Amino acid sequence: MAFGPYLLLATLEGLVTAAVLALMALGLSLVFGVMRVVNVAHGEFYMLGAVLAWWFASLVTGHPAIGFLLALVLSPLVVAAIAFVAERLVLSRLNYEPEATIVATIGLLYIIQQLALTFYGPEARPVQAPFDMRISLPWFGYSAYKLAVIAASILMMLATWFALTRTKIGLVMRATQYDRETAQAFGIPVGRVYAGVFALGAALAAVAAVLIVPIQQAHYLMGLDPLLLSFIVVIIGGLGSLRGTVVAAILIGLSDGIISMFFSPTLAKMLATLLVALVLVFRPQGLFGTVAR
Amino acid sequence: MREDRNTNILSGNGLTRRTTLKGLGAAAGLMAAPGFTRFAQAQSSEPIRIGFQCHRTGIGAAYGRWYERVTNAAAKLINDEGGINGRPLEIVIEDDGTDPARGSEVVQKFANQHKVDLVYGTLFSHVVVGSAPMAGELKIPYYVVSEGYHVASGKLNRYCVQPGITDVKAQVRSVAPWIAGNLGKKVTLVYPDYAFGHDHRDFFEPAIAAQGGEVVAKVPIPPTETSFTRYFPQIPRDTDVIYHVMVGPAVLTFVKEMGEFFGTGGPQLFGFIDSLEAVDINSPGLEFLEGSHFWEGMPRYAQADQPDHVSFYRETVGIDENGASLNDPQDVSTAAHMFGCWETLHVIKAAMEAADYQGPGDRAKLIEATEAMSEMEAGREHPQGRKVFNGKIHQVFGEQSISQVKDGKLEVVHRTSIDDGLYEPEADYTAMSF
Repeated sequence: MAFGPYLLLATLEGLVTAAVLALMALGLSLVFGVMRVVNVAHGEFYMLGAVLAWWFASLVTGHPAIGFLLALVLSPLVVAAIAFVAERLVLSRLNYEPEATIVATIGLLYIIQQLALTFYGPEARPVQAPFDMRISLPWFGYSAYKLAVIAASILMMLATWFALTRTKIGLVMRATQYDRETAQAFGIPVGRVYAGVFALGAALAAVAAVLIVPIQQAHYLMGLDPLLLSFIVVIIGGLGSLRGTVVAAILIGLSDGIISMFFSPTLAKMLATLLVALVLVFRPQGLFGTVAR
Repeated sequence: MREDRNTNILSGNGLTRRTTLKGLGAAAGLMAAPGFTRFAQAQSSEPIRIGFQCHRTGIGAAYGRWYERVTNAAAKLINDEGGINGRPLEIVIEDDGTDPARGSEVVQKFANQHKVDLVYGTLFSHVVVGSAPMAGELKIPYYVVSEGYHVASGKLNRYCVQPGITDVKAQVRSVAPWIAGNLGKKVTLVYPDYAFGHDHRDFFEPAIAAQGGEVVAKVPIPPTETSFTRYFPQIPRDTDVIYHVMVGPAVLTFVKEMGEFFGTGGPQLFGFIDSLEAVDINSPGLEFLEGSHFWEGMPRYAQADQPDHVSFYRETVGIDENGASLNDPQDVSTAAHMFGCWETLHVIKAAMEAADYQGPGDRAKLIEATEAMSEMEAGREHPQGRKVFNGKIHQVFGEQSISQVKDGKLEVVHRTSIDDGLYEPEADYTAMSF
């Protein structure tokens, strides 16, 4: 294949990775930014989103788009509800102490993963894409659905940005992030805001999962790799920075797509890890993060 | 001084740390050993206990679940027909998490804690390779159902045998002539970049060259990969056949993306069903496989001309005509591999009877009796077909099926002979000491 089309394919693949990664990392970043909780179970909320998507989609018959849309609406809601309960029952009782919450979310990771294995099983199960279209380019064919994933991800990011900066809920969240105690003094129910943010973060992971599940099947171990990549993105972008998360996701996604096509996937992973190390050494707050006060 | 020491609360009543630990260990051993009370019987009716190293969790869990079902069905059958040497068979299951380190621990636990007669049932090759040294060290027979070449290579030890399933080297050699004769001679290999994939790469290249064909490109894919489109540009345009052996949960993605990339005008496909074990061939996205060919160890779908012993086997392990569980048509079996559990248990039975096996003291005799086996006729004990066992390399050789996807079902189009797969032995376990 000539260089041009090769690069095009690599870029498209990279953008799909970036789109999903950005959504997921955004959830992780929000939770850390507002609550200062490192949510190790974030990957399992992603997995849960995919598994539930399969379950909702298999409930309805008829056109595959119906099942997919049902999953897209319900799966994030259910995952958010589970996260909400987990936050109220576990994290809030630990007073959000950093060490305790890390251990607690590791526990949560194993509980969710093993429950999925018990009730869903070890198979990889697919969800049918809402539409089945192949864009035939002169050099290769490409799935139209993958392009739709990129578009859907952009829409979701815009919606989150709008909610954070232009609505009252966003204002309350930002106030809590800025100074928890003052926010409480002004009558903001900090506990409920925390639970809401945790649920929102999980829901974003679930949305990413529903989008990806027609491309990669639902499987009970699928949360591990994206969790790692999300951490990489969040560290590079700067914890709690929306803009940084998006830029870092595109950076990691594209470099993963292009480097692994022209060189090797291992090299792409090595470079991403090296970048994390460099960022941690020279700019610990991340490319777009602000220094913690 | 002496009296001083005795006033210590711990040692004062004679309860030293050592005895406490011993007591704790013994109690744990008792609790962990299922069916303990049954041992209070006469020696002769004590059950023969087989430790089943099972992939209940981890990446091999789909295989593990079916290995467990087949093992239980075969053990029940053997017990219903009078057991082994008049003694009942008891299966003790431990989960190895499809992890080599845990696999080795499980072998240790079987030998020291459960005190089983032998260990059996491992599938994934890295777990076999990780566990085999421990089995050799503890001098406990290790009957694997793995299809890897590691047993036959001679790199393990005298306690490791694979008498129930053909190894990958023989599988690859037996399908190469058919591929060259029916699909094409220019082959691109797409394989996972670790031991299992490397076996295919190393054995297929000389096998296809012997048929006048050639491997035009090799595309290794990292085992954790979840997206594959980026690898397809490496497949040369003049490829006749894509030979794919991907495994793991991402396989559906692999096939789907291949379909999107090539459309209808792509090369022929030949795959190892390992890719799609426990996966419904009619899953959305797999339409692209229609017309393509697969190696199958044993056919997943009931074939029109199958002998009675195959029907009996399928009924006993509980799979319907589509190879799915009788209880749940969504629950597709790992039919191309799991027969190995059934056959291995029957080989163990035959070897124990030949050796007049009485207990762990006869472990070496059991291995020798297994080594002495050669011909195994097709039948209830060997539903997959006739087999020839080579005692020198501890490996069995059988016939393989090549199936085509027709109307969403796998139909056997060719059956290779045992001779197609035979190769020169590279080792002799019988010369090793116990």
